[in-house]
Amino acid sequence: MQTQDEITGEFQRPKLNYLNNGTTLKSWLLTKDHKRIALMYLISVSAFFMMGGIYASIIRLELLTPASDLLETGTYNKVFTQHGILMIFFFLIPSIPAVLGNFLIPIMIGAKDLALPRVNLLSLYLYWIGGSFALWGLMQGGVDTGWTFYVPYSTTFSNTYVMAVGLGIFINGFSSILTGLNFIVTVHTMRAPGMTWFRLPLFVWAHYAVSLVMVLGTPVIAITILLMALERVAHVGIFDPSIGGDPILFQHLFWFYSHPAVYIMVLPGMGVVSELISNFSRKKIFGYEFIAFSSIAIAVFGFLVWGHHMFVSGQSIYAGMVFSFLTMVVAVPSAIKMFNWTATMYKGSISYDTPMLYGIGFMGLFLIGGLTGLFLGAIGLTVHLTDTYFVVAHFHYVMVGGQVIAYLGGIHYWWPKITGKMYSEFWGKISAMLVFVGFNLTFFPQFILGYQGMPRRYAAYPPEFQVLNIFSTAGASVLAIGFLMPAIYLIHSLIWGKEAGPNPWMLPGLEWRTSSPPPTENFLEPPVVTWEAYEFGEDSGLDLEEARRRAAVAPVA
Amino acid sequence: MQASGWVPLFPEQASSFAWQVDLLYFYLIVVSIVFTIPIVLAIFVFAIKYREKEKFATPEEIHGSMALEATWSFIPFVVSMTIFLGGAYVFYNQYTPPVDAMEIYVVGKQWMWKAQHETGQREINELHVPLGRKIKLTMTTEDVLHSFFIPAFRTKADVVPGRYTYLWFEPTKPGKYHLFCAEYCGLNHSGMGGWVYVMEQKDYDNWLSGNASGQTPVEQGKDLFETKLGCASCHEGGPAQRGAKLEGIYGKQVKLVGGSTVVADDAYIRNSILDPSSQIVDGFSPIMPTFKGQVTEEQLLALIAYVKSLSGVTGSTPTQGPGAAPPAAANTSNTAAVNRPPANTTSNRASTQSANSNR
Repeated sequence: MQTQDEITGEFQRPKLNYLNNGTTLKSWLLTKDHKRIALMYLISVSAFFMMGGIYASIIRLELLTPASDLLETGTYNKVFTQHGILMIFFFLIPSIPAVLGNFLIPIMIGAKDLALPRVNLLSLYLYWIGGSFALWGLMQGGVDTGWTFYVPYSTTFSNTYVMAVGLGIFINGFSSILTGLNFIVTVHTMRAPGMTWFRLPLFVWAHYAVSLVMVLGTPVIAITILLMALERVAHVGIFDPSIGGDPILFQHLFWFYSHPAVYIMVLPGMGVVSELISNFSRKKIFGYEFIAFSSIAIAVFGFLVWGHHMFVSGQSIYAGMVFSFLTMVVAVPSAIKMFNWTATMYKGSISYDTPMLYGIGFMGLFLIGGLTGLFLGAIGLTVHLTDTYFVVAHFHYVMVGGQVIAYLGGIHYWWPKITGKMYSEFWGKISAMLVFVGFNLTFFPQFILGYQGMPRRYAAYPPEFQVLNIFSTAGASVLAIGFLMPAIYLIHSLIWGKEAGPNPWMLPGLEWRTSSPPPTENFLEPPVVTWEAYEFGEDSGLDLEEARRRAAVAPVA
Repeated sequence: MQASGWVPLFPEQASSFAWQVDLLYFYLIVVSIVFTIPIVLAIFVFAIKYREKEKFATPEEIHGSMALEATWSFIPFVVSMTIFLGGAYVFYNQYTPPVDAMEIYVVGKQWMWKAQHETGQREINELHVPLGRKIKLTMTTEDVLHSFFIPAFRTKADVVPGRYTYLWFEPTKPGKYHLFCAEYCGLNHSGMGGWVYVMEQKDYDNWLSGNASGQTPVEQGKDLFETKLGCASCHEGGPAQRGAKLEGIYGKQVKLVGGSTVVADDAYIRNSILDPSSQIVDGFSPIMPTFKGQVTEEQLLALIAYVKSLSGVTGSTPTQGPGAAPPAAANTSNTAAVNRPPANTTSNRASTQSANSNR
């Protein structure tokens, strides 16, 4: 365990940890340590997030005025397509699982590493190779099909780099499958003595659910891309009706993966938020089993609702009604989570550190994202709303308001563990609030725009929509500042930050019972778990008296 | 519609079911508020009341409550079911065209909407419709997916190559409303749109008479059938004819070789022209050549209109949903469309001109 100075209360950085165990490039590129792999993922997804963010800024600037004056329409089409592809396939899907999940799941269950460390490294390489193909396609001239690649536009009409980017997504899918597989095997086989299924942190449950979706869903997108390639390159008639195909078939296949992919993008966020709310309220999570099983329910029902993306696409109206019904059912487990998180705060001892601000922000934004999902599940209303800005606003509330906010909350929460350093609380809180305000200002006006009838993917729009677009662009600038700030103060903390110590918030999770940063093998002695999940009292084995005494003398963090 | 300035929160209500969609929207807003207030209030109250008073305190444990879990599972479920039922009801109205509707044919192509009225008038990126009449659009596309969207009517439907989709509405308020393409279709997607004009019946009649009508779809179809494509040489001639009888078949069951039956609807007729050997009528031989590549989407619609007229069917026929039609086999024009001149086909233009010179 890390030593602490008796008088100043300052922590010594552990002499040997995963960061300084090998300093050569080779020791990083050939590592089997899940923590190093997670760190390399962190840097990579951040780069993709930055690129996607630049595209987003260009979109918002273009939409400041009704005419397509900043960009030509063709360029605009590429920009929104590439924004979507980078953000979804190369940022959102790997973000929490590949970075935080990779880093934390073995530590949280008391294991030395994932069950298949080499496979984990392979999945990182596949992600890099896939990303390189996509970036190569972007640099050659980009792609303009929309991230949905709808046929026959993508197979017969588009003259852009569909194949390069498609290949990138295809390869990247295998990275996702291997990560999911690894998590499933790890949770089944690597739990420490005493770590029963119902002592698992809910973060692990959420990742278990999401891994099922990754393993079962991702092959379908791989097949879909392969069929698309077959038609585009070899002119085999699969989707294009002029050569005997069916364009609706593509939509069924695409959404059979891409709807569950929405849950790949939000379930891990829910897992993070369960951790944040419970730990910063110092209260056992309310309804543990309900939150755990609602993740599984979302994963299962998530596979049955793909048709709600196709209400107006030409499928039978009765199929539409069935999908609408199932969509309403899948809303219930999300509602259950929401109520349980709220109830967890009841009679807690709530502290408002930066991660908790993100956690509460998530609850507010996800509430709106979830409720507007009901609007879009109400089939008669969706006939009007689909393919408008209402949809754009809704999925940004779920994916940015949900996953990205949770990801940032998680990064702030586990930053002391990952790096061993504390960041500036002051700037952390400011950025959390800027993100919240900027986000709402950006996307709330888009709900109104959508009901007004402004279609999505429009480079130019009628002038009466301008006022709300100006609000949205103004909000986006606030949001951009909110997103850039953590990049600055987190990097700053690496050099000038205070040593965090093993457990800055005195929390019971296994990850807080090893040094920060942890040693390569995670724990110096293999842990034995004798406490329940989210056990904040004396049974947790934490020396709370001592911590309180020290806190009274020199408040931590 | 306002030209600039503040956006009203709602687009105009200009169709018979627009109010139902708006009502559903209001209901969902109320539901959202009813759920949001207690949750947000609880978060705020708890956040203030139970804020940390002592560092690393250990509040009393609460494990959960079955009664509460049951309540907050059951209530959202019931509420979501009311939303589902309301949505399904409105949706059924939106996507079930009435039988007595006036029919307009719409063909989408990159990047324009082409419409043809029953009386033969054609228009591009505009649609003139009479007030208070039920109107059904039979739509297809020459190239990629498009979506016909009129916010003021609160309805839209995708337009899919190789099949027919349907949209109907009854305009209730005269005016000029946006027409958008709502499914991304390439370079000039945001420019693919125009206006829908809802006019009083007499203004609509004036508009019709002020426009060169050319041939009606039925006349054009007859022309194609009898002379241009020569269908009549096999499909007319009484009991001895080589091709299947077309009189009176529309909307009826047709028995096929192999014993199966099929309803002779738009999709069936389209398929029989483009891929005749795939559905042979019982008692006939597969001798008909394909007309794939020889007829345009608009000519196909005219032929369907003519075959319908042989059964005494004018105007709309019962169809349901945006895509009641099963996938027809092959669309002729996808690849050809790229090279074709943008406006109407040559034959249509020629016939319009001859109609003008006759006048």
